[in-house]
Amino acid sequence: MDAETKKVVYDPLVDNNPITLQILGICSALAVTTTLAASLLMCLALTVVVACSNASISMIRQHVPSSIRIIVQMTIIAALVIIVDQLLKAFAYDIAKTLSVFVGLIITNCIVLGRAEAFAMKNPPMISMLDGLGNGLGYSLVLILVGTVRELFGSGTLLGYTILPSVNDGGWYYTNGMMLLPPSAFFIIGLMIWGIRTWKSAQVEKADYEIQQAHHSEVV
Amino acid sequence: MSNPTDNAPEQDQDTAESAKPGRFAFLAPLKAIMGQPNDSTQKTLLVAVIMCLACSVVVSAAAVILRPMQEANAALDRKRNIVQVAGLLEADGNVEEAFKSVTARMVNLETGEFTTELDGIAYDQYAAAGNPQMSVSLDKADDIASIGRRANFAEVYLVGGETEFEQIILPIHGLGLWSTLYGFVSLSSDLTTISGLKFYAHAETPGLGGEVDNPVWQGKWNGKLAFDEAGEVQIEVIKGVVDSSRAESVYQVDGLAGATLTSRGVSQLLRFWLDEQGFGAFLKNLKQGEVS
Repeated sequence: MDAETKKVVYDPLVDNNPITLQILGICSALAVTTTLAASLLMCLALTVVVACSNASISMIRQHVPSSIRIIVQMTIIAALVIIVDQLLKAFAYDIAKTLSVFVGLIITNCIVLGRAEAFAMKNPPMISMLDGLGNGLGYSLVLILVGTVRELFGSGTLLGYTILPSVNDGGWYYTNGMMLLPPSAFFIIGLMIWGIRTWKSAQVEKADYEIQQAHHSEVV
Repeated sequence: MSNPTDNAPEQDQDTAESAKPGRFAFLAPLKAIMGQPNDSTQKTLLVAVIMCLACSVVVSAAAVILRPMQEANAALDRKRNIVQVAGLLEADGNVEEAFKSVTARMVNLETGEFTTELDGIAYDQYAAAGNPQMSVSLDKADDIASIGRRANFAEVYLVGGETEFEQIILPIHGLGLWSTLYGFVSLSSDLTTISGLKFYAHAETPGLGGEVDNPVWQGKWNGKLAFDEAGEVQIEVIKGVVDSSRAESVYQVDGLAGATLTSRGVSQLLRFWLDEQGFGAFLKNLKQGEVS
C-alpha cells in the first residue's frame, strides 16, 4: 500500500473519525450499542454497505446528472441495505430479528451518504472502496468501544458471557440501568471525543465566537 | 433540447464502435443519449430509469433467492419458541426432534372448538387480526391487552398426544410499555397450572422491561395457578416480590424491577387471553371434556 492509500484507510480510524470528529452516524451509535453482539453486526453491515456503495457510486460517477445525484446515490445505498438485511435474515436470523429496524436505518446513516457525496463522486472506484472501508472501520471502532462499555456495565456480560455476575442472576453486581438507555451512549461518546481531542489537539475547532471582555470604562 | 436522432450520427462518428451494425444496434439511441452532457434532460431521465431498473432487479433477485432460507428460519424460530416454553428443548437439543411430540391444532375462539376449516401452516394469527373478515374489533373496556382487534382463529399446540396431552401451549400477545409483546404460555393438563411463559418478540427497554427474557424471571411462572377454583382468572404480576406466606401468592408473580408498565402489560395480556375474550371458551370446553 502506498502512503496515499494508507492515509485513506487509516485516517478515519482516529484522526478523521466519522463519529468523533465529523459527528456523523450518531443515531445508530446510540440505538444499537446496548449489546456488543448487536454492535458488531451493525459495524459489519455498515462497513459492507459503505464500501460497496462508495465503489458502485464511484464507478458511475461520470454519468450521474448533478440534478439527481443524491437520488441516484440513495437508490444505490437503499438497494445495498435491503440486500444486507435480506442476507442477515437468511444467515443470522436471531440477531437480524433484533437489528432489522436499525439495519433499515443504515439508509439514512449520514456516513454512507456523506462519503458517497464527498469522496466517491470525485475519486476512482478502488480508492473509494478503501475510503468506505476506512470510514466503516472508524465507525466500528467507536461502536465496539461503546458497545463493550454499555454491555459490561449495563448487563455485566460481554457477547452474552457473564463477566460481572448480576444481582438478578444471583451474583453481586448491581447492573447500571442507565447504561442500557440511549443517553449513556451520548455520555460515552462525549467522553471519547474529549479524550481524543486532548490527545490530538489538532482536532479542537476554533471557537465560533469569542465572548467579549467587558472593560471597566464601558460598564460605567 | 436536442432529440436523440439529431445527436446519433454525431455520436457514431465519435465512437466507431457504436457505428458498427450488429446485435446491439438497437442500443444506439441509448448510447447517443449517454453521450450527451450529464445535465441534459434526456440523459437525466435515462440514468434515472437505468438506475431504477438495475436496483430493482438486484433487490428482487436477492429477495426471491433468499426467501426459502428466511422462511425456514422463521418456521424454525417459531418451533424453537414452542418447545422452549414447553421445556422440551435441552441445551444443544435438536428443535425438530423436540417438536415431534407437539401437535398443532386450530381453534375457533368464538365457539371454543377445534376446527379444521383453516390450515395452520398457512395461517398467521397476527396478519389475520388485521383483516376485518378474519377478526373482531374489541371494545375499549374489553381490550385490556390493548391489541385493538383479535383474530377469530388461533393455533394451539398440544404436547405429548392429542387426547392425553401433558401441556397445552397458547399464543398470547399484548401491549407492554413501548411495544407489543408476542409469546406463548403453556398450561399443564389440569388447564390451571402454568408450566411455562416466554416472549419471543418485543421491544421493551433492555435491562428493565427487556428482563421478560430473563430465564430466572420466566422460571418464576412455573407452577403458578392461572385460575382459582371458581374458574376466574387470577394470575397477576404484582409490584415487588411475592410474599409466599400469603394464600394468594399461588396466583402472583414478582414484578420486574423498574418496569411497572411492562409488568402490568404482561398481567393484562395474560388475563385477556385466558379470559372469555381469548381462549376462555376453549379452555372451559376442554375442562368439561366437550372438545372433539
